[in-house]
Amino acid sequence: MIQAHIDSTGASRGSLKSYLTGFVLSLILTAVPFALVMSGAWSSSAILGGIFSAGIVQILAHLHYFLHLDTSSAARWNLSALIFTVLIMILFVGGTIWIMNSLHYRMM
Amino acid sequence: MMTTGASTVGIAHNEEVEHPDTVEMQTLGFWLYLMSDLIIFATLFATFAVLGRNYAGGPTGKELFELPYVLGETLLLLFSSVTYGLVMLAVHSGMKKRVLIGLAVTFLLGLGFVSMEINEFHGLIAEGHGPDRSAFLSSFFTLVGTHGTHVSFGLIWMAVMIGQVAVKGLTSPVQSRLMRLSMFWHFLDIIWIGIFSIVYLMGVL
Repeated sequence: MIQAHIDSTGASRGSLKSYLTGFVLSLILTAVPFALVMSGAWSSSAILGGIFSAGIVQILAHLHYFLHLDTSSAARWNLSALIFTVLIMILFVGGTIWIMNSLHYRMM
Repeated sequence: MMTTGASTVGIAHNEEVEHPDTVEMQTLGFWLYLMSDLIIFATLFATFAVLGRNYAGGPTGKELFELPYVLGETLLLLFSSVTYGLVMLAVHSGMKKRVLIGLAVTFLLGLGFVSMEINEFHGLIAEGHGPDRSAFLSSFFTLVGTHGTHVSFGLIWMAVMIGQVAVKGLTSPVQSRLMRLSMFWHFLDIIWIGIFSIVYLMGVL
């Protein structure tokens, strides 16, 4: 009974398939940005876009395939806590960069 | 989450058989701790974003970072995340021996990561590029060092869990601790994605 209950909580419902899918996806999403930067084939801003997109997709892949976060009721509290935290992070990091860049600009 | 509370009140439970709801509450509680940790890392990332280009005449990221080395660290951490996933599968099937082997492999991969990072820091400091050299290096050492410290504490926790699985077996408290360690470990891998993207890859652009 307890076994079944632990299985139903958000962070532990994995299968071999989900871990391997997450692993292969992560390998690709790690190799792509490293290859982009090391080859230097694209322009800087295109590489920057590549790094950010690959990073965000890989974070989502980790959350889904390794931490098994989804919209099921067992993981709903975890998900809402994460969304709230991401909101705080965006305000915090975005606000810091905005204010400091503005300060830098005005003091030139 | 709270619906089964009333129906299970009558079930006796001692220390080794935890209340099912307790496991869920502990999972959520630990998750909230991880979210607060995420805020700490967000502040360090924000600091790095502001200070990361202030070299004070010192070396730049382009001169210091070796991407193949960082790729090696990344792969070690990624492999360890997957082997920990396999540990959790073995936990659910109750295969104690496989759990122990998996934990040992994960521990060694994590130890490899921390050793590579210590080696990198040692090299930088030995060449005079320590955290006191420039604002860029101060924020670099703080951010990457905080992550490395987290991984080191994860390793201590993992060593304790290897002992607990070996001595106590896969009892339900041990299982729920293994599950929280798995959340911690996967969380640290996610933070590392941010570090290698923003600090190392953007640093050499």
